[in-house]
Amino acid sequence: MWLIFKKELLELVRDRKTLFFMVALPIVVFPLLFGGVLYFTSQAMSDAQTKTLDFAIVGGQYAPELVAEFETVDNLSLQSLDNSIKSEDELKSVIKDGSLDFIIEIPDNFGPKIETSGQIVFKIYLNDAELNSVQSRLSEIIDTVEQEFQRAAFQRLGMDETQQKTLLDPMVIEKVNVADEREKVGAIIGGMIPYILFLLCLQGAMLPAADIGAGEKERGTLETLLLSPVSRTDIVMGKFFTIATAGAVSALVTVLSMAVWSIVLSQGMAINFVTDFMASIGLVDVFLVFLMLVPIVSMFAAVLLSLSIFARSYKEAQGYMTPLVFVVIVPVIIAAVPGIELKGVWAWVPLTNVALAIKELIKGTMDYLQLFAIFGSSVIIAGALIAFCVYWFKQEKVLFR
Amino acid sequence: MIKISGLAKKFKVENPKKLSEQDKKDPRLEGRFFNSVKNVSLSCKQGEVLALLGPNGAGKTTTLRLLSTALQPNEGSIMIGDTDVINDPVAARKKIGFLSGSTGLYGRLTGRENIAYFGRLNGMTEAAINERINLLGETLDMLSFLDRRCETYSTGMKQKTSIARAVVHSPDVVVLDEPTTGLDIMAAKTVIDFIRDLKRQSVPVIFSTHHLEEVTELCDNVTVIDHGETTFDGTLDDFKALSDEGLHASFMASLKQGVA
Repeated sequence: MWLIFKKELLELVRDRKTLFFMVALPIVVFPLLFGGVLYFTSQAMSDAQTKTLDFAIVGGQYAPELVAEFETVDNLSLQSLDNSIKSEDELKSVIKDGSLDFIIEIPDNFGPKIETSGQIVFKIYLNDAELNSVQSRLSEIIDTVEQEFQRAAFQRLGMDETQQKTLLDPMVIEKVNVADEREKVGAIIGGMIPYILFLLCLQGAMLPAADIGAGEKERGTLETLLLSPVSRTDIVMGKFFTIATAGAVSALVTVLSMAVWSIVLSQGMAINFVTDFMASIGLVDVFLVFLMLVPIVSMFAAVLLSLSIFARSYKEAQGYMTPLVFVVIVPVIIAAVPGIELKGVWAWVPLTNVALAIKELIKGTMDYLQLFAIFGSSVIIAGALIAFCVYWFKQEKVLFR
Repeated sequence: MIKISGLAKKFKVENPKKLSEQDKKDPRLEGRFFNSVKNVSLSCKQGEVLALLGPNGAGKTTTLRLLSTALQPNEGSIMIGDTDVINDPVAARKKIGFLSGSTGLYGRLTGRENIAYFGRLNGMTEAAINERINLLGETLDMLSFLDRRCETYSTGMKQKTSIARAVVHSPDVVVLDEPTTGLDIMAAKTVIDFIRDLKRQSVPVIFSTHHLEEVTELCDNVTVIDHGETTFDGTLDDFKALSDEGLHASFMASLKQGVA
């Protein structure tokens, strides 16, 4: 059995295509892709925020002090506007033809006596389909003025600080969260992690599985292997362990690379948060998470191998395996849905219960006794699938189709 | 010494409605079962070469697969020396070297690794494997490419490697299923030379073929199978005597013999 395992692994390592999907993709290509997207969006964001915008003011005579404020802001350049342009349509067309980035219209009721003036509405004409953060730049200035006016008005009305505060926001909801940081973050990340892990295991195992079963059939090497004096059980187990190893390695490699790259990318920024969170999980729970993956990988490997042996060709095998991804996604997505807990029916749904258990482990709220039950039942299912795979491999109608 | 007697194998027909008209006319079809091999008997002594002849779909490949333990027969017995192939397939496999026109190699392994892998599967020691590979490499003239990956080989190189792989464990009997089908003349000659070499070492060889010139060139005995039954089993001379108009006519006569 180990002889077959060793040879299959050797062959796997020599296969550039599979290796590319298993190792290069998660380690190099994905991070580069994500990093690239991240880099360009942040670049575009900062560009938009620092770009100098041309603007004009209509009704500047109502608020000369505000106009002066606008003029002092960096990256905003005040342009004079032709006095003949008055109507809304004309203003719009100026923006549309691109000669100005935005126009701000100051209403005639602008003034510090806000208790009598009524609400002051600034109209901004702009093309909001573009990324330019006009509003955030303007509100910086307007908010300061607004607060000044507010304070002055309250003073005139003879109200003290507390009254002002109450009046501005008379009712407040205050949350007292009893969940600790780990549980809170764990609930969010914990749903995602099994999803990623399961799919990675499946993906990583898929190509080798297709190669080892249907691929051998196609190349005509399966027949020679069957005629060697090794029991068929040994052949199946050798192949099974190869596929399981490939799946597990591919998942581990990806997780490690994600961890390393996210630390590299987030240098200093969120790193404290990440390391704190990681530290709070603890080694035992991390170990348990991976332990839970063992029966899962075994299930995948057994099913994949069965499909692969059944298929006549590599292509056919891939055709059978693709729907399997959806079969796996559904129970795992269920586990990621907030509110679904490791209770009642869900504790007995295969895959879902393991995904939920991983979530609980990450949250730190795992009932370890239940873990035994889930692990045990998963092992039994995996064992049954492996037994089926062995039985399947001994069927003449499967081997010589 | 190989002795096959009364061998029968039936396959379940999954969907009888799907069979073509011609398939339905085949007398071997019995309800939901297709008797691919009904009654095949043959024997091959030490140092003899036996050719298995028969039209396409006659049951040649099935017979050879039964002999090589890839399939389990429903009836009959197969003995290689004193090993019962049906009751002890794993032991029997050690005594058989099998090669067909469609058997392949692991493309990402070198020729040497391919051969060594099967040596190990047969429980040979590393030293024995190396010695054997060097010997085979010399006889088959393949030392120059043995350490390259098989995916870069030409058909002839592949065939030589396959041959070496099939006999790495020095089998007691060599079974070849249409070994020359689909090969070019050079590669086919390699196979024929190899059979002749085995004969010289008095290793019995059973092979199926459609090329009658191979039969005259190599064989001592001929067995003809048609519709899953042995219709002729005898020496090459007996086979030739079936007709005065050459081997092809003899072959046709042997088929008719069975029908009668």
